[in-house]
Amino acid sequence: MKSVRVNTSVRWIQALCVVAAGAWLAGCSSVALDENKVPVETRTPSSVKPGGGAAAGAAPQSQVANVDLTKNAANAADKLPRVIYFDFDSYVVKDEFRPTIEGQAKALATDRKRHLAIEGHTDERGGREYNLALGQKRAEAVAKSLTLLGATDSQLEAVSFGKERPAVQGSDEEAWAKNRRAELVNR
Amino acid sequence: MLNRRTFFAASALLLALPAFAQFRVEISGVGATQVPIAVAKFRDEDRSGQSVSGIIRADLERSGLFRNIDAPGSLDETSQPAMSEWRSRAVDALVAGSVTRLADGRFDVRFKLWDVVKGVELGGQSNAVNPADLRLAAHRIADFVYEKLTGEKGVFSTRIAYVVKNGNRYTLRVADADGESFQVALESAEPIISPAWAPDGRELAYVSFESQKAVVYTQEVATGKRRAIANFRGSNSAPAWSPDGRTIALTLSREGGSQLYLMGRSGDNVQRITNSGAIDTEPVFTADGRTLYFVSDRGGTPQIYRMSAAGGAPERVSFSGSYNISPAISADGRTLAYISRQGGAFRLYTLDLASGNAQALTDTSDDESPSFAPNGRLIIYATRAEGRNVLMTITLDGKIKARLMSTTAHEPVWGPYGR
Repeated sequence: MKSVRVNTSVRWIQALCVVAAGAWLAGCSSVALDENKVPVETRTPSSVKPGGGAAAGAAPQSQVANVDLTKNAANAADKLPRVIYFDFDSYVVKDEFRPTIEGQAKALATDRKRHLAIEGHTDERGGREYNLALGQKRAEAVAKSLTLLGATDSQLEAVSFGKERPAVQGSDEEAWAKNRRAELVNR
Repeated sequence: MLNRRTFFAASALLLALPAFAQFRVEISGVGATQVPIAVAKFRDEDRSGQSVSGIIRADLERSGLFRNIDAPGSLDETSQPAMSEWRSRAVDALVAGSVTRLADGRFDVRFKLWDVVKGVELGGQSNAVNPADLRLAAHRIADFVYEKLTGEKGVFSTRIAYVVKNGNRYTLRVADADGESFQVALESAEPIISPAWAPDGRELAYVSFESQKAVVYTQEVATGKRRAIANFRGSNSAPAWSPDGRTIALTLSREGGSQLYLMGRSGDNVQRITNSGAIDTEPVFTADGRTLYFVSDRGGTPQIYRMSAAGGAPERVSFSGSYNISPAISADGRTLAYISRQGGAFRLYTLDLASGNAQALTDTSDDESPSFAPNGRLIIYATRAEGRNVLMTITLDGKIKARLMSTTAHEPVWGPYGR
């Protein structure tokens, strides 16, 4: 009985470990790295500053540092979707992506040191160079809407990968729709 | 001369070459004019590690101008072949030779070419080469035979460059014109596109995404020395060398939109030459350096245009179809090769510039990147076959197609004469 119980609990722990590892792995594969970074980046400066020398023990022990993600436009922008999808043969930034554009533009207007690369992509159909130019056109359309909402030219660089870096493999409309896109990348 | 006795290929005839050849030649259509030629197995070639005669036969066959006839018996360059006997086999020309290992490790490759119809020798050579250059020696013999019998320079000893994507690794490779014995010029974790040979064959220009954007580099083939010649804000792409090697035409988006520019070969003296508000890209120079062909969608769909390389008003060249891209121009300036979308298929076309006649050369649906051989007689291009990206050569009449290599490759570009 006893030995069985031990075994059971050991198995329980092993099972938990497997589940935990599985969850962690799943988390890694589906969560953007930027989102994982958010709490680390924001907490460090705000918890150190008020104490003015945490190492010397000057901060009161009851202090609680306030981290308000809603007041930090840059971090809010990091949580916004970073991909804008386009219709076939189109460069029009559709209304459904307006919140993304507005949020990113606000973050850029708030923090002028922030830089963004807009990477345009196409689906796999057609020539490599012509698709590179089409992806460039999409990226420039996104850049333009960001500048109209407060970002400056010098904060942005529109570039293109054409059809060279598809988000999804496949040769049907479902894959193509996911590949016609512009990605916003911090630089 | 030998062409007077012609061979009419049966329609849709498929010829499989012997096992040593790394590709298959397809002959289709009626009326292909071919010289029947016998290339005997070179004496002692088995001890050299290369099938010298097999390489020559495959080269000649791929050109579309020759048909290989079996050469039984043992022959070499010292033989005195009985011409009447070869005439009875319907052979117009005969090649025989030998491969002899020298004391210093090199191989002495000798051959002789006979005009069987006239019963005369047309010449021969002896070349001592490193073992690594045996294939090149074979290609040079094929060039010799081709030039003697057609009056035009052969392209078998030239090189090609192409891109291979293998998982997430991209390589820019340089190989013999038959796609064999490749060497890797560049290896990257990011895409490489649009390779272009310098007219002297010593450098390649290409677009690399290694810095997370399209930047144009030039690289010395022999040393690997490279530099970014266009790394402006936005995308830098589609490099093309002028025939004198001093100027590079390319596409930049540094002022917004994809537009054509010229620059010195080291990236100096940047000069914008189109101002369209549309996409202008894929420039190529004509052999005289005076004209640029390029792609523009200024008329609403991508079409091929030409303009003076000095600038000026472009003139539309392609009219049929709503998607015509990737122009390549033959050395004589008479033929434009390009990719045209017809229905959902991207197909290799040629346009006879004098008559305006456009002709589909293939019936495949994923053709890309046509590039002329320096003698203008063959086009190399990429397509998909059995789910893989493959390289093909094709004659200008579309009748002789050869599939090169068994690896997955794209964006082939044919290098100049000499190496």
